[in-house]
Amino acid sequence: MADAHYPDDLLYHDQHDWARLEGDDHAVFGITWYAQDSLGEVVFYDPPEVGATIDKDASYAEVESVKAVSDVIAPMSGEIVEVNDALEDAPEKINEDAYGEGWLVKVKLTHPEEAGQLLGADEYRKLLENS
Amino acid sequence: MSLPQLSNTLPRVADALRRTPLHRQHAELGAKLVPFAGWEMPVTYEGIREEHSAVRTHAGVFDVSHMGEVEVEGPGALAFLQRVLSNDVAKIALGGAQYSCLCNEEGGVLDDLFTYRLGGDRYLIVTNSANHDADLAWLGRWSRQLGDVTVRDVADRYAMLAVQGPHARGIVSRTLGIELPARMRVATARIGGRPALVCGTGYTGEDGVEMLLDPEVAPPIWAELLDAGVVPCGLGARDTLRLEVCFHLHGNDLTPERNPIEAGLGWCCREETGFVGAEPIAAARRDGTAEKLAPFKIEGAGIPREGNPVLSAGVPAGVVTSGTFSPSLELGIGMAYVRADLAEPGTEVEIDVRGKHRHARIASKPLYSKEK
Repeated sequence: MADAHYPDDLLYHDQHDWARLEGDDHAVFGITWYAQDSLGEVVFYDPPEVGATIDKDASYAEVESVKAVSDVIAPMSGEIVEVNDALEDAPEKINEDAYGEGWLVKVKLTHPEEAGQLLGADEYRKLLENS
Repeated sequence: MSLPQLSNTLPRVADALRRTPLHRQHAELGAKLVPFAGWEMPVTYEGIREEHSAVRTHAGVFDVSHMGEVEVEGPGALAFLQRVLSNDVAKIALGGAQYSCLCNEEGGVLDDLFTYRLGGDRYLIVTNSANHDADLAWLGRWSRQLGDVTVRDVADRYAMLAVQGPHARGIVSRTLGIELPARMRVATARIGGRPALVCGTGYTGEDGVEMLLDPEVAPPIWAELLDAGVVPCGLGARDTLRLEVCFHLHGNDLTPERNPIEAGLGWCCREETGFVGAEPIAAARRDGTAEKLAPFKIEGAGIPREGNPVLSAGVPAGVVTSGTFSPSLELGIGMAYVRADLAEPGTEVEIDVRGKHRHARIASKPLYSKEK
């Protein structure tokens, strides 16, 4: 849990999720530094099934801290092609490395054009400043 | 993602949140401050697991100044307390402490609290902050009816620090240069040059003390304890620590709709004293109750939370009143009101955690103990 940081190469959803586009129609999703900091130490990650369909703005997974459970909101729509199994034994990676080893799912996008609706790092930082 | 809310939070939007005398210290330490029962309180500083572990292995300090204090004094004090408290107040020796329930006429639990005997007919009651005003009104009503007793709200007179952990007593005694009372005893002391009360009680299952201080000296005493290596701990760790040892939380595990018998608190009810609620409680003890509060452990994945339904053979069989991730056991634990025939340790049940049925087993108290 280093200081707040929001990499410039990611896209952000206002519910504190990030997406890293890979090629034309794939993306990796996770939660932002702000989200993991608000949640506190993550002790449990309940991933979706590979093959599940997820919709932009809807919950697709749960992360739990000692104190609370939170829905994870999909920044884009698609089909789950991989989940981060390492988080089963080490959910704390979501806190320690939110944009790296703490990634949550890989998705084959069904509507890659949704990327246009997401925020850039600067816009997301502004959103946090004003909240 | 949707951001979490602290359970048992009672936000009072219209009211400004109250602050303890240590609010500035919490902010400077970078605590996460949350609304709790009308107060702005630290839920954690560096992380709930770290703070939890500090109390289990070393020593932690909690600012619990939000808790209320009520002084009861006068020739009628004993008769009055015997009438309103479930335990046998006559058994509290001078300088002694006792746990009991404050019950309504139906035997429901209005609050659970510690009573300390400070003088021949002078007692101090420590209330849960969410119930303090209602307790005061209830106690005031009964005191006027019974007479010869004064009930005084002295909550503003005290800051309260709980120092808990295997090394807590040693550090407090050395750092503050005072002798400490034994477990379940209370003593007066001078702390920071002001009169204070030191109580051998706590809410963590560890050894330690609770100190009632002059609010003005709370900041320097807090700083001295931190300098001596005591770890600042928030309400988050307080909740995981108490739940591991199955201490009740009023508002969750105890409510005015539940009696002490089904809550497993029959041991602090002495119906022969004729306290308010004694008759329905005696009946519950004699006839048994439909449900009982039982601790449980999740077997495998899943963290139970307050309000999760309990199932037995697919049929609704109860409700979780407290649930969390246990840092000591590294699994989901909780307490639930379940059908009385299911309350035996070893019984398998399922907990419906947001639509997923998680296997759980009823356990014996405490869920965590050092020997294991």
